[in-house]
Amino acid sequence: MTAVDPHPGPLPRQRVTLRPWLLSLPALVLFAAVVVTPLVMTVVLSFHDFSTMGGIKPVFILKNWHDVFTDEYYREMFGRTIRIALWVTAICAVAGAPEAYILSRMSARWRGIFLLAILGPLLISVVARTLGWALLFGGATGVVNQALMKLGLLSRPLPFMFTETGMVVALSHVLVPFMVLSVWAALQRLDPQVENAALSLGASHATVLTRVVLPQAMPGVLSGAIIVFSLAASAFATPAIIGGRRLKVASTLAYDEFLNTLNWPLGAAVAVLLLAGIAAIVFGANRLVERRYASVFE
Amino acid sequence: MSFLVLDKLTKRFGDHVAVDALSLAVEQGEFVSLLGPSGCGKTTTLQMIAGFVEATSGSATLEGRDLLSMRPAQRGLGIVFQSYALFPHMTVTQNVAFGLEMRGVSRAERESRVAEALALVGLAKLADRYPRRMSGGQQQRVALARALVIRPRILLLDEPLSNLDAKLREEMQIELRQIQRTVGTTTLLVTHDQAEAMALSDRVVVMNAGKVEQVARPDEAYERPATPFVAAFLGKTNRLTVDGAEVTVRPERIRFCNEGSGMPGRVAARIFQGNHWLYHVDTGSGRVIVIRQNAGDAVPAEGDNVRIAW
Repeated sequence: MTAVDPHPGPLPRQRVTLRPWLLSLPALVLFAAVVVTPLVMTVVLSFHDFSTMGGIKPVFILKNWHDVFTDEYYREMFGRTIRIALWVTAICAVAGAPEAYILSRMSARWRGIFLLAILGPLLISVVARTLGWALLFGGATGVVNQALMKLGLLSRPLPFMFTETGMVVALSHVLVPFMVLSVWAALQRLDPQVENAALSLGASHATVLTRVVLPQAMPGVLSGAIIVFSLAASAFATPAIIGGRRLKVASTLAYDEFLNTLNWPLGAAVAVLLLAGIAAIVFGANRLVERRYASVFE
Repeated sequence: MSFLVLDKLTKRFGDHVAVDALSLAVEQGEFVSLLGPSGCGKTTTLQMIAGFVEATSGSATLEGRDLLSMRPAQRGLGIVFQSYALFPHMTVTQNVAFGLEMRGVSRAERESRVAEALALVGLAKLADRYPRRMSGGQQQRVALARALVIRPRILLLDEPLSNLDAKLREEMQIELRQIQRTVGTTTLLVTHDQAEAMALSDRVVVMNAGKVEQVARPDEAYERPATPFVAAFLGKTNRLTVDGAEVTVRPERIRFCNEGSGMPGRVAARIFQGNHWLYHVDTGSGRVIVIRQNAGDAVPAEGDNVRIAW
């Protein structure tokens, strides 16, 4: 439809286009000062040289990048980081999406209570929550391990500390609320009558879920997956506590290079690669989601 | 026995009686409207028939078979929802084909029946669109096609036109009536719009506070309302006390007359409404609404003393 303005006024002056920039200037300055500058410095740092005797030398070399890309050791770290992040994303989707659906179907009073139960853990420090897992499963002294062994269900403690499984479990626990919130937001837009419509057309409850509810929740699942993946891949506290220095991921590796080995340039290369990798995956996934659902959801 | 029989159908929500012992018999092919203000129980009645709300007591039978014990999927009813409730992630074709797919109809038959249904509602050209890219009226037609394509035993319409603008609503009324005549499906319409109910239905069921006030042909209910509620709900009405007796007169039945007859009064307000004039006339027994057709004649002005009769 075309609307024709019956009283066209004089065209607004071009000068006005400067205003949005002026209005966003303070934010842009802050952004440049605290985000862009350190980031650029980190990138520059990753090209410097380092030796134990001579410290950091401000030269331009590709040694760090060459090491990061060719050394089996670093490849293993990055492989583990992505593997863990993918598992965590999958587990959060499988656990969080149904949780969000159940939540959306609850009466307002119960929903409030359960929402609090889901979001409550976010108020507790990640360190405290991860240490909780360590107390439950940490070797032979872990509470759950001890109980299971006393009951005779286990002969040896479940391996948890310093395992990828342990990291995946603890990270999923930390990150599942983000998936629940994301899917829940998508389900909020779902017209409750749509499910009734499908039922009246002869669909079973299972069919309604797979053919009607899930496709409409998918944008929420995918955006939740992007959030969970990027948080899992860049997580530091949980891998540091569960994996320690025996089982490193990219973020703990960068930390060690900076603070233990003092090889800042190498640490910077690891950190920049991690950032670039996550950004590439997130933007790629986002583009995919937008293209797939553009015609369906605005 | 009638096609659809509701017998003392009742729904209670706690202490609140939403539908109070509603009994109604609908014949095959009939177009019946449940009409009433919001909260009168008309939508709850429809939802009990559809199976989305469980009846507290009473029964509903369709062709002699108990409806209430069936799951919604088994009832074979076509429903058009107020929000249309289209599947936003499916194209028009996929939306309309959904019910056939659930019934295990073969692909070839599905395609021809979907095309037929879309042609019926005049949407053949938009078969591959997504609902979000369509106007309200078009979405409404998709919803109608989706409900009709399964050849439902009854078509249930829940305020289907209330989200459309006035002009489109009028067009859709005519079209809806034509489509219903063409396919001959027994139809139950829920609406709060008395004009819509009267325009479309063979019979109207006027409801108030969970109870049926009157079941009658639209013209019957309008001319001979069974209760004051029906009289007031179906269009404008005047309730006057004349010689100690209360009378109910429709505004369009009142005319201005000459000196020496009728009731004296004074025109308090005169409003031009295009095809008719609306007057508020103050008389000895209160304010009277008068509607006169705009026939191009001279009309009384505000402040004029007039005499009215009916």
